[in-house]
This record gives sequence, C-alpha cells and structure tokens, in this order.
Amino acid sequence: MTYPQPFRSVGAMMQEGLDDGPDFLSEEDRGPRAVNVDLQTDATLQVDISDALSERDKVKFTVHTKSSLPNFKQNEFSVVRQHEEFIWLHDSFVENEEYAGYIIPPAPPRPDFDASREKLQKLGEGEGSMTKEEFTKMKQELEAEYLAIFKKTVAMHEVFLCRVAAHPVLRKDLNFHVFLEYGQDLSVRGKNKKEKLEDFFKNVVKSADGVLVAGVKDVDDFFEHEKTFLLEYHTRVKDASAKSDRMIRSHKNAADDINRIASTLYTLGTQDGTELCKFFLKVSELFEKTRKIEARVAADEDLKLADLLKYYLRESQAAKDLLYRRSRALVDYENANKALDKARAKNRDVLQAETSQQICCNKFDKISESAKQELIDFKTRRVSAFRKNLVELAELELKHAKGNLQLLQSCLGVLKGNT
Amino acid sequence: AIEERERLNANTVCAVFTLRKAHVETRQVQINLSSSGKNRSQYVKTPHDVPTHSNRTGINVVFAFTGDGMNAYMAYKVSTRTSLAMFKSKTFFVRRRFSDFLGLYEKLSVKQSLHGCVIPPPPEKSVVGMTKVKVGMDDPSSVEFVERRRGALERYLQRVVSHPTLLQDPDVREFLEREELPRAVNTQALSGAGFLKMINKASDAVNKMTIKMNESDTWFEDKFQEVESEEQQLRKLHVVVDSLVNHRKELCMNTAVFAKSMAMLGNSEDNTALSRALSQLAEVEDKMEQLHQEKAANDFFVLGELLSDYIRLLGAVRGCFDQRIRVWQRWQEAQSTLQKKREAEAKLLWANKPDKLQQAKDEITEWESRVTQYERDFDRIGMTVRKEVLRFEVIKFWEAFLPEAKAVA
Repeated sequence: MTYPQPFRSVGAMMQEGLDDGPDFLSEEDRGPRAVNVDLQTDATLQVDISDALSERDKVKFTVHTKSSLPNFKQNEFSVVRQHEEFIWLHDSFVENEEYAGYIIPPAPPRPDFDASREKLQKLGEGEGSMTKEEFTKMKQELEAEYLAIFKKTVAMHEVFLCRVAAHPVLRKDLNFHVFLEYGQDLSVRGKNKKEKLEDFFKNVVKSADGVLVAGVKDVDDFFEHEKTFLLEYHTRVKDASAKSDRMIRSHKNAADDINRIASTLYTLGTQDGTELCKFFLKVSELFEKTRKIEARVAADEDLKLADLLKYYLRESQAAKDLLYRRSRALVDYENANKALDKARAKNRDVLQAETSQQICCNKFDKISESAKQELIDFKTRRVSAFRKNLVELAELELKHAKGNLQLLQSCLGVLKGNT
Repeated sequence: AIEERERLNANTVCAVFTLRKAHVETRQVQINLSSSGKNRSQYVKTPHDVPTHSNRTGINVVFAFTGDGMNAYMAYKVSTRTSLAMFKSKTFFVRRRFSDFLGLYEKLSVKQSLHGCVIPPPPEKSVVGMTKVKVGMDDPSSVEFVERRRGALERYLQRVVSHPTLLQDPDVREFLEREELPRAVNTQALSGAGFLKMINKASDAVNKMTIKMNESDTWFEDKFQEVESEEQQLRKLHVVVDSLVNHRKELCMNTAVFAKSMAMLGNSEDNTALSRALSQLAEVEDKMEQLHQEKAANDFFVLGELLSDYIRLLGAVRGCFDQRIRVWQRWQEAQSTLQKKREAEAKLLWANKPDKLQQAKDEITEWESRVTQYERDFDRIGMTVRKEVLRFEVIKFWEAFLPEAKAVA
C-alpha cells in the first residue's frame, strides 16, 4: 500500500478536497476545505459535501460521492445526511473489533449555533433602542458570524468523510457504503437518556482501565516512546487550543469596539456640515475599514490556527485510544499466557487456554503491526497539515497587514490634502 | 532523500516566518511613526498649531522628581520662548508644582469669569495619582501617569497663553516668570478653602435650578444646546475608546500566554523542522503582543486623553454660559432693589421727611448707576461669550485635527 506523499508543493495541496463549491462560499474561502488533513484524491472513491441546509435546529448535509468501485450501483450519487448519522457511522467504527488497530478518524463536533442564535434574539429585542444604521450593521455582523460557523461545521464533517474514504481499510467498510449510498433516512435516533448514561459509565470504566494499563511497560521501544510523546503532546495541544481561542476572542472584541467608534464618529459627523464634521466622517470611514480588516484577521487566525489545534486535539485523542487498545490487548495476551501456564500446571482445560492464548496473541500482533504504521502516518499527516496551515496563516497575515498599511496611508493622504 | 526534503521544507517554513517577521517590522515602523508623532505633539505644540495671531510664545513642560518621603512631589519645569515685549527675557524657565497650576486656575477663574471668558480647565486632581507619584518612579504605571499629566499641563498652559485677554493678566506673567511662587495652599483638597469651594458649588447648582432666565437671544440658546449635545457625544466616544483600550490590553495578555503555550508545543514536537517552526511562531506572537501593547498605549494617549480633554473644555464653555446667567441674575436683583428704593422714596415724599428724602435720593442714584452698570456688564458678557465660543470652535478644530491625523499614522 502506498501512502500519500507527505511533502508536496503548496499549490498541489490547495487542490485537494476541492470541488465546485456551492454558492454560499465566497471567493477567498474557496481555498482548501480539507483544512487540516493532507489527503490523496483517489479516483476510485471521492467523497465531499456539496451542499448544506440549515434548518431550525439541525443541519442537513448533502453527501456527494464519485466512485468507480464495482460495489456501488452508480458512479455518482448524492444523499442527504444529518449530524446524528455521522456520529452513528463513527461509533460503528469504534465498536468494531476489526478496526481496533487503526486510528479511527475523530467524529465531527456537533453543529453549535446556540451562541449565534442568542445574539440574534437579543438584537431583535433591542431593536427599538438603536438607530437604523446601527441595527442593520449589527444584523450584518451577526449574519456573517452565523455563516462562518456554518461553513466551519460543513468543513469538519467533510474532513471526517474524506479521512474515512482515504483509509485503505475503513473505506471498504459496509456501514460506510450504506451511509454513502442508501437513499432514504437511516433512521438513526440520537442516544436516549439510558444510553447516554451507559456511555458515561463506559467512559469512566475505560479511563480507569486506561490508567491501569498505562502502567504496563511496553516491550517495544517504539510504542513506549510513542506513548510518552502522545500523552505530552495531547496535553500541550489542549492547552494551546484553549489559549488560542481566548486570544482570538479578544481580537474580535477589539474589532467590535472599533466598529462602535466608527458609528459614534459617524453620528458626530452628521451633526452639521462644518469642516470638523467632514473630518469626522472621513475618520469614521477609516475606522470602518480598519475594523473589517481586523475582523478578517481574527477570523483567519481562527480558521487556520485554532481549528488546526482543535482538530489535532481530537486526532491525538484518537491515537491515544489506539495505543490504549493495544495495551489492553497486550495485557489480555499476558493474562492469557498466565492462564495457559496455570492450566498446563494443573493439566486441565489446556486446549481451551491454548486457543484463547492463541487468539489473544494474534489480536495483539495484528494490532501492533497496523498501529505502528498508523502512528507513523499520523506523524507525517500532522507535520504536513501544520506546515500547510502555518504557511497559509503567515501569508494571510501578511496580506492583511499590507492592506491595513495601505489603507492608513491613503487615509492620511486624504486628511492632509484636506487642509 | 527524505532528509533533504525535510530540510528543504524546514527552510521554506523558516523563510515564511522571516517574511512574517518582516511584516511585523513593517507594522512596528508604522507604530514608530505614530509614537514619534505622539512625542512631537506632547513636547512642543508649536505656535502654528494654534492661531495665536501675532503671539509667538511657545511653552514646553518636562518633569523632574524632587523631594522625598511623604513630602515628595513632582516638579515640572516650564520653559517659555517668547518674543513679546512685556516679558523680561526671550527664553526662561521656572519650576512649578501641580498645586501651582491649580492655583493659577483659581486666580484666573475668580478674576476673569465675570467677564465671560472661557477659562481653560487644568487636569484633574487625583488622589490615586498622587500616591503613585509619592511611592516612586520605578512603577511603570506611575511613569505613565506622570507622562499624561505632563502632557495635559502643557496643553493647559498653551491654551492660557494663546488667549489674548488671559495673556495680559499679571498672574499669568507671574506664573511664567517668577522664580518662587507662594504655595497655593487653597488648592489642597482637604483644606478649609476646599470645603468652601464645595459649598459654593453646591449652592450654585441649587441656584441654577431655581432661576429660569427668559432667553431673549436665540443664539445663546442654540449654542448651548449644541455644546451640550456635543459633550454627550464625546462622552460616548470616550467610553468606547476606553473599552477598545481595555480589549487591546486583554489581547496583549492573551497573545503572550498563547505564545508561551506554542513554545511548549514546539518543544514537545518530534519533527525538528516543525518544532523549529512552532517556536518561531511563538516568537512572532510575542512580538505581536508588544505591538498590540503599543497600539493600546497609543490609542489611550492620543485619542482617550484628547477626548477627556475636550469633555473638560466643553464643561468650561458651559461654565461660561452659566456665568452669563449669573450676571443676568445680578442685574435683575439690582433692578428689583432699585424698584424697592424708588418705592421707599415715594413713601418718604408722601411722609414729607426731607433729610431722609435726600438720603433716599442718593441711594436711588447709586442703585440706578449700579443697575446700568450691571446691564452694561450683562451686554458685555454676552458679547464676550459669543466671541469666546467662536474662538473656541476655531481652536478646537485645529487642535483636534493634528493629533488625530498623527494617531492615524
């Protein structure tokens, strides 16, 4: 199996995961949607989300597949899926014993429009107390924010699907094919309370187990090293992700303030027609434009940096899960060995013990083998994703800074020319 | 081959980050322009900024710390450059304390306010500030405070000097020239004079509420409204600028924290090239933080201070209007007293007491002259107020223009 070449020119990477984007994507955002992952577009199976519709409290994704594989009825088809169905697919992977040796692509986060909706509501309530211009401006802002969140959630879901499609083993999964092809609703209901409680307990047990298992020293150096590395990396990525979120939020706040300054200056400027007021109007314009740029900077940082960190947070968690499964298999294997020895000593149920030991041994070997490859892949994927995003981030920041500088210079020129 | 490719990629990343550093530098250059602008506007408000007709007097204020312990105070060196004949020399300087500035304001307001001039207000007293200064100059926040005060004092003196009437005042000349000024003790907040002032202010406020002047001149009415609404707008703007400054400071903090976290992430990263790239990112973020700090300080100094300055000035203009009302009050009172005296005279005439009659007549003539004098005062103050307000607007335009343009840079 050949794995994707990790080091490519930036231009080629920009092409990946692209499609003729739907109308709601603006020109500059049509950049790589598979933001965080370096994937190889394989002609045999191409998946993307061609459209999405946001309704009351759910989002409907149109999953579009292009494939030349024989097991699909057609070469190209689309289905409509909701978030719960994605989660169902992910869970089916996790619960499948066969896939214990692979890093399961992390599930996309739930689309969360609550904050945005709240703000919209507050705006509607406070409509009477603001001037018309302020109201329209704030409404536009909120709509833009809503749109941005929407785009992000679409991208996350798409990345999940693309990862599954690119994985040599997972893409053959039957559930996945059903997900892609089955025309009607999969009638997957979200977990009810009882199941959620079960999940919760399962998690508790798992983490306790994980602590126990983690204490077992691994024979293989490679895995031992990986374990320590991943643990550390995971905590640090979590930390970095939280801090970057805070930073971007304060950036957005500053941009909002500039907006308010602009509108106040505008009201000042419209008092009467004196020179000073014309001056105010011009400065207010300047602030408007500056604010747009600042907001853009914050949004770009958010997209490239924060999302990247969040995604790798989830991926490193998935990798940790893989290691956990492997350690678990190792412990089982060793237990089976001990049981076999005991059985041999007592000369009872030897055959049974032998078979169980054999099973455990096989399982462990299989997991180890695939895990090694997966972890190496994870590393290369991570490096190239970081590289791509950081490069783009730097380029965007440069562009914005230059734009800002130009804006200020031109405004200064206008003001000076005014005297 | 993989090693080579890795190295190539590391180089690309490093190149991109040097590019980004360059953009950081560009932004820094930008800020440097404005900070030198800031320095300029604070150090020398050269005469051509303010139309001072033929008055060529430049004022420059720097500070020096003197005294120690509880008696420590900040002494400001006021240097004047002038070509006017009434001063003893062309250039000279004196040392003044903050209470001296306040004392000057008190004297001027007592004398000049009756004539309806707009007296430029000095920067406000602040207990917090004073304790900071007393504590010592090591603390950066106290340095900031002193810097702000210095700038404000300089602007204050510039305004006083550019006002043609105030410049003629001997108190102003004394302030600028005399080596040692008597300590202006009645400016201290907790002194007897301070309390007296507070009581006076309270009674004034009550007076204003009770007397309703029937405005015969609509010009005053309109102007007053304008001034009030403008003050409100400026206050709003000031609040927003304040919040911007706060958010920028927050951004600074968060960026610093983020930079550290990125550095740690870079440390734990396996791949050396990526690790290097991440640590460079951390460095760049650090620089961004400094940039943001400068921006915040800039905004605060130039915009925020300017706005609070103007709010105070507008308050002074309003005080001018109030003065006019008070003079009118006096005139009315004098008129009513005159009326009473005339009635008394009539009574006396009727009661036929010749000596008292003469006394009454004298009183009446005295009061009549007073009434006419007050009337004339009222008219004069009306005219002066008009002139002042117009002048104020012109000054305001020029003063506002330059610093804001510099802030933009």
